[in-house]
Amino acid sequence: MAELTLVEAVRAALAWAMEHDDSVVLFGEDIGIDGGVFRATDGLYQRFGSARVRDTPLSETLISGLAVGLAAEGLRPVAEIQFMGFLYPTIDQLANHASRLRNRTRGRLTCPMVLRAPYGGGVHAPEHHSESAESMLAHIPGLRVVIPSSPARAYGLLLAAIQDPDPVVFLEPKRLYRSVREDVADNGAALALDTAFVLAEGGDVTLVTWGAMVTETLEARRRLAGEGVDAEVIDVATIKPIDMKTILASVAKTGRAVVIHEAPGHCGVGAEVSATISEQMLAALLAPVRRVTGWDTVMPLSRLEQHYMPDAGRIVAAVREVMAWS
Amino acid sequence: MVTRYLAADGGIVSALPKFAQDRANLVELYEAMLLARRFDEKAISLQRTGRLGTYASALGQEAISVGAAAAMRDRDVLFPSFREHGGQLRRGVKPRELFQFWGGDERGSNFEGPRHDFPVSIPVASHIPHAAGVALAFVLRGERRAAVAIAGDGATSKGDFYEALNVAGVWSLPLVVVINNNQWAISMPRSAQTAARTLAEKAVAAGIPGEQVDGNDVIAVRARVAAALARARGGGGPTLVEALSYRLGDHTTADDASRYRDEEEVRPHWKEEPLARLRAHLVARHGWSRDEEEALIEKAGRIVDAAADDYLAVAPEPATAMFDHLYADLPEALAWQREVVANTTGERDG
Repeated sequence: MAELTLVEAVRAALAWAMEHDDSVVLFGEDIGIDGGVFRATDGLYQRFGSARVRDTPLSETLISGLAVGLAAEGLRPVAEIQFMGFLYPTIDQLANHASRLRNRTRGRLTCPMVLRAPYGGGVHAPEHHSESAESMLAHIPGLRVVIPSSPARAYGLLLAAIQDPDPVVFLEPKRLYRSVREDVADNGAALALDTAFVLAEGGDVTLVTWGAMVTETLEARRRLAGEGVDAEVIDVATIKPIDMKTILASVAKTGRAVVIHEAPGHCGVGAEVSATISEQMLAALLAPVRRVTGWDTVMPLSRLEQHYMPDAGRIVAAVREVMAWS
Repeated sequence: MVTRYLAADGGIVSALPKFAQDRANLVELYEAMLLARRFDEKAISLQRTGRLGTYASALGQEAISVGAAAAMRDRDVLFPSFREHGGQLRRGVKPRELFQFWGGDERGSNFEGPRHDFPVSIPVASHIPHAAGVALAFVLRGERRAAVAIAGDGATSKGDFYEALNVAGVWSLPLVVVINNNQWAISMPRSAQTAARTLAEKAVAAGIPGEQVDGNDVIAVRARVAAALARARGGGGPTLVEALSYRLGDHTTADDASRYRDEEEVRPHWKEEPLARLRAHLVARHGWSRDEEEALIEKAGRIVDAAADDYLAVAPEPATAMFDHLYADLPEALAWQREVVANTTGERDG
């Protein structure tokens, strides 16, 4: 058992997958000798060689298209996009091809690819380096969108993504890349996809979140405990398809829900969670479902970034409002 | 230089490659083009009578995909755009399957063979990166196979086209990209598409060979694609082949080309078309008889008509099929939706 950061856990999962499955190939911009802009692939080029750890030309459409071709031929491509802000050119490939290849050929050709990208704000990065556009991807049928929130979950979920027979976009919260360490057993154990994790149990309110916001939400829970509010915290982890069963079971118990995400609220995944809770659990609700999200603005540059990002204070305030009902 | 063996009147303009000196080979190519044309006619007639969806005809461009397919080995992989049914049929896709695809049934792209070939790509040029990916898979596995992507002239204005050529060049991938330059991207003439003198010269930017062939001369297409494939399989890298042809028909059955081009503009191109050209050559050099011609036309018609009958007789899939191939296993999150559809349509759970 080693203490790893999230980015080290990503690297360990990639190394394990490559070691145990010859069909796994990595490619992307600067992932080879340079080890990737966040060093997620550091040392893998030296260990596995230039054929399997491949620097591509600077062309994101191509990277996603190559992955479709490789996957259809039975390989397990794991491609890196340097930042989510540069992922948009791949949406054509994801929506028009990767996510529908199985369906449109009725299973003749499949697309077991993984597209990894660091995402989210909070690290004072340049323009276009801090976006959270997961809901655009979550809207695409046939795709999986997975977001880890800790080193151990990054390790287990990335292995699961690589083993999954369908395309997965794996979004790594870069704010957490090096901010926490935890024990990760480098034993190749995958975690279940499409499954939310109940990180902390509580009876008063359900806090639903993912990615870097898990950290803020756990901090909010700690503060709320001081006020006598016992919050349950759910890390959704796979936002598409989403495990509403776990969320609904929790809300059935607490009667209150707050959904927290960094992405803009409008048409965000929080809207989907909130709508589903309202549709299915209205009678159990003691208060309206609240969302704490990024504003519907362009992600500001670093000087205003802290005013955009939801934080523990905003979450606590929302929970207080929700608790004031009834 | 445009590679051409047969003039528009079927006369030989340069020494024929070996395969083209053999009557049976030429008849086989002619038959494949005839089948493609008959398929087009039938598809349009089915569409006009409400029994097929919007359809893209390959009228006048049959030599391109048929020639490319004839140059390929079974184990190579084809990435067609939406005007390549001639090549698809030549590679073994069943005409009934193609009718199914154009008739709105996904099962049409689950061909019995060739199993590795990609289905028709409706989005323009975005299938060329897939071909690069498959070519990379061949390199990684040390297989002597190649990928062939076919796209239209409009596709050469897209980034995907260049991104794929570029990586294929720098990685020396076994990829052949064939451009069906039929002079029209819906209403946009080739002259309005790019200031490039030829589309083949776009290969220069990727550092790979690019060449033009007469796309109405099936011998030229087959010969040059075969040469490119041999180089690709041998590790010599990719090639861009621009096949010059002309779109004699509308873009699709949903298009009316009279809105943007005159019949006067189209008429001379009928003299260039590939079937008449090869037929004239067969008659002049190989004693192709009227009886043989009629027998072949009759055979193509029979195949296509039988396929259309089969297609029309196929019952639709159960509505739940839209869920059943979305993922390897239906996620629990979608189970209730499938259930609703199953109940609405009276299907038993299956």
